[in-house]
Amino acid sequence: MIEELIKKASSKGIKSTSKASSVVISSRLRLARNLKNYTFPNRANIAQKCDILSNIETVLKDIPYMKKGYFFKMEELSSLEKKMLVERHWISRELSEIDEGSAVSISSDHLCSVMINEEDHLRIQFIKNGFNLNALWKTVNDFDDLLEDKLPYAFSKDLGYITACPTNLGTGLRASVMMHLPGLSISDNIEKVIRASNQLGLAVRGLFGEGSDASGHIYQISNQQTLGESEKDILDRLAGVLKNIIEHELNARIKYYEKNKEILIDKIHRSFGILQNCHLINSDEAMNHLSFMRMAIDLGFLPEEFRRLIDYLFIEIQPGHIQYPDSNISVELRDIKRAELLRNNFNKLPSLNFDK
Amino acid sequence: MSNKLKCSLCDKYATVHLTQIINNQIQKIDLCESCAQKKGVTDSEGFSLAEMLSNAEYQSDTLQETCDTCGLSLADFKKSGRFGCASCYVSFESVLKPILDEMHIGDKHIGKLPVRCLKTICKEEQIKTLKDKLNSAIKCEAYEDAAQYRDELDALMQSPEGV
Repeated sequence: MIEELIKKASSKGIKSTSKASSVVISSRLRLARNLKNYTFPNRANIAQKCDILSNIETVLKDIPYMKKGYFFKMEELSSLEKKMLVERHWISRELSEIDEGSAVSISSDHLCSVMINEEDHLRIQFIKNGFNLNALWKTVNDFDDLLEDKLPYAFSKDLGYITACPTNLGTGLRASVMMHLPGLSISDNIEKVIRASNQLGLAVRGLFGEGSDASGHIYQISNQQTLGESEKDILDRLAGVLKNIIEHELNARIKYYEKNKEILIDKIHRSFGILQNCHLINSDEAMNHLSFMRMAIDLGFLPEEFRRLIDYLFIEIQPGHIQYPDSNISVELRDIKRAELLRNNFNKLPSLNFDK
Repeated sequence: MSNKLKCSLCDKYATVHLTQIINNQIQKIDLCESCAQKKGVTDSEGFSLAEMLSNAEYQSDTLQETCDTCGLSLADFKKSGRFGCASCYVSFESVLKPILDEMHIGDKHIGKLPVRCLKTICKEEQIKTLKDKLNSAIKCEAYEDAAQYRDELDALMQSPEGV
């Protein structure tokens, strides 16, 4: 079941024709919801968690959009399978560490995932490529209405949606945009952006959220405050800051290119060479070379049509995906398999064209 | 003294009993001699109870307060940053306000209102108002009014959603 899901998602990722953007890779909205009259997962015993789980499962299986999707109970998944779901951002690291009484439901188009009994009873999440916050909010909101119609939510007029952690109280909405910021990173301006974003109440994290590093120059920027502001205002404020960051990123790339043309071309060409010829490569190194390949597309050194391939490889080279289905392979063998995957793909690409 | 107090930080008997007033509230702690010295209690200028209260290791009476519904203590909350159930927000309301002020833009929800929850909340409020009216009517011996409120209350309780 999980093999089919990953295969479908991979082939969809590589063929996707949806608009890819040079700075924003994807947008994600997440709603935290809890059921009325039940203790939160961290305080509930297994029987209570199973009761909550079965209530939610019944409702989800009744929603046409989720009917043809996938439903996995955490205790039925191996740790490698969970790792792959984390790498795809369908479940959080936190959920992957829980066994009994928790589950995830994933829609057949892979855009929606609902985590059950993570920190809250429900974490509803939609991810789409590109910068898409308003359209995405409409989708999430409609889906939430469907669930609310069947499940009595814990809600207070003053505090909004009640969540296990007060940081999610109110709207329960976390909007997170994944951005590729090589220009700001190589020009040493990323610290300034992180500080300014923090001052505006936004969090900046690496590719895999809290505690992860920003390999591949990929950052996730999200709202931190959820109470005292409407969903629309949260999204508008985030979008306003992100538009500024996009502008700064594009300017940083131009400036860096103008000042350090040979250095940048050298970095990009070396990365291309390594991706075509490597035999051992860890995921951090691979991510950083892929980042330069994404930049090569932005600068017109590689045709735009290969952007999807690069974004697809960012996920496919993650340790869990490389390992699957063998959970016991050594780190060295993983690095060999990763190098093979990259060589196979990059040897099919045209040469870099620096005449543009 | 059979009921000797124990030190709030270790298991030894407390010999120093300190009371301070912070934000108009009396805070009391009991410490043994060595903990008192470690925390600088003997140095009256350098000691702040407020600072100690913010220390997660510290187990004061307030931290031992628990939620009636799920049994979570304030100390548990300080440790994990998570509440155990929706009632915790009521149980620990007094400590919550400054936390929310620091964390969020405002302290009142102004976003999406779930229709079904609102109906239930509205119904619960109507029931409470009718019950209050019924009780005061009985107190005043206005039995005709009381009967009317009772009928309204019965009808409301039996309706699937609020009116």
